[in-house]
Amino acid sequence: MMGFDFSQIGPALPGLWDGMALTLKLLLMAVGGGVALGTVLALLRLSSNPLLSGIAKFYVNYFRSIPLLLVITWFYFVVPLVLRWITGEFVAVGAFTSCLVAFMMFEAAYYAEIVRAGIQSISKGQLNAAYALGMTYGQAMRLIILPQAFRKMMPLLLQQSIILFQDTSLVYAVGLMDFLNTARSKGDIVGQPHEFLILAGVVYFVISFGASFSVKRLQKRLAV
Amino acid sequence: MIRFMNVHKWFKDLHVLNDVSLTVAAGEVVVVCGPSGSGKSTLIRTVNQLESINSGEIWVDGKNVADPKTDLNALRAKVGFVFQHFNLYPHLSVLDNITLSPLMVKKMERAAADKLALQLLERVGLAHKKDAFPAQLSGGQQQRVAIARGLAMQPQVMLFDEPTSALDPEMIGEVLHVMKDLAESGMTMMVVTHEMGFAREVADRVVFVDHGQIIEEAQPEEFFMNPQHDRAKQFLRQLLTPMQ
Repeated sequence: MMGFDFSQIGPALPGLWDGMALTLKLLLMAVGGGVALGTVLALLRLSSNPLLSGIAKFYVNYFRSIPLLLVITWFYFVVPLVLRWITGEFVAVGAFTSCLVAFMMFEAAYYAEIVRAGIQSISKGQLNAAYALGMTYGQAMRLIILPQAFRKMMPLLLQQSIILFQDTSLVYAVGLMDFLNTARSKGDIVGQPHEFLILAGVVYFVISFGASFSVKRLQKRLAV
Repeated sequence: MIRFMNVHKWFKDLHVLNDVSLTVAAGEVVVVCGPSGSGKSTLIRTVNQLESINSGEIWVDGKNVADPKTDLNALRAKVGFVFQHFNLYPHLSVLDNITLSPLMVKKMERAAADKLALQLLERVGLAHKKDAFPAQLSGGQQQRVAIARGLAMQPQVMLFDEPTSALDPEMIGEVLHVMKDLAESGMTMMVVTHEMGFAREVADRVVFVDHGQIIEEAQPEEFFMNPQHDRAKQFLRQLLTPMQ
């Protein structure tokens, strides 16, 4: 039989980089949005208002109980409809935007649980001190509780984001050209699908493992 | 300055505050003591509503704190509170711990807030620690910073909830010294403490609490030399000679 032939990878690099750029852009925006929405959900979940905390609880349980792939394909069809319903006119929504919304909303459910645990790990005395010094709930959260909570939970948030990095490859389902999809299609075109997929595998491994390793070191440093 | 009127509070079935009435006049230093679980910490926490009450009234500086219409944040800005466990903000420097509320709550200018904070640090003897973080300070130093933090809001009353109970014995003196200094400057103070030396030397009045009730209220000398109530006698005996 034949050996592997990686000769076509060199010329394909600019295209592959475009794919990686899309993956990273999607990742960063999804992490930012996911953490922001997750923090709001965590605060609602911890609210003493049973309605608010019930809504947040339902949201988190719901998104943690359905497959990500379902959310991605579903949002691809639903997001344009919802926007149309809101704005009254047809808005063209690209696959990127619908994927971004899907990831943000899905990951928010996971980030919310991390943030909730982070907030709960800060002693009640901190909130009391902030209140005793005249701060409102919002000021106490923003200035005292969340900065400490985020520092504590940073390793967990990063670990979750590494999982998200791998999960971004699911966008192939709606035809978005992320890194994996680009590698697959380029490999198909030049007739070297295995070589390109091997390369993709190595790249995902190096990035994820490297990031994971860095997080562990960070965790040790924060623990001191 | 502070007036408790027939205050009741329950934790489920437990009657933690049972018909408490007490007045603290402006400039007065009142020490609250009593066995653990007697409700004395709860009592002091109701003044700035870190604990709510079930019935009765608490008036602070002409406002009923139990009234839902009272602006609690504005009230708390005028009432300093020092905790047993200091509760400094660990992610902020000593200076930032002190200036945060003046900046964010009172909207003070940065320069003025820094100046005030440095004056207060000078007063508690820790000006050289302004850039340190709480974890780098001893317990006694942390508590002195916490007192400066409370004073930075320029409160009309300072409340102390067992301010020396979490300290190593050799650090208690430095904190009590700052508190005595503060009392002598005319600050209205309500202090929950077991430091009877402090009570005797600094307090205008000692209040003895047991089972959520004030059962004795007297001048320090009178309270220590001639306690009226059996529970107070027993409490003082145990405090002074714990081995017997």
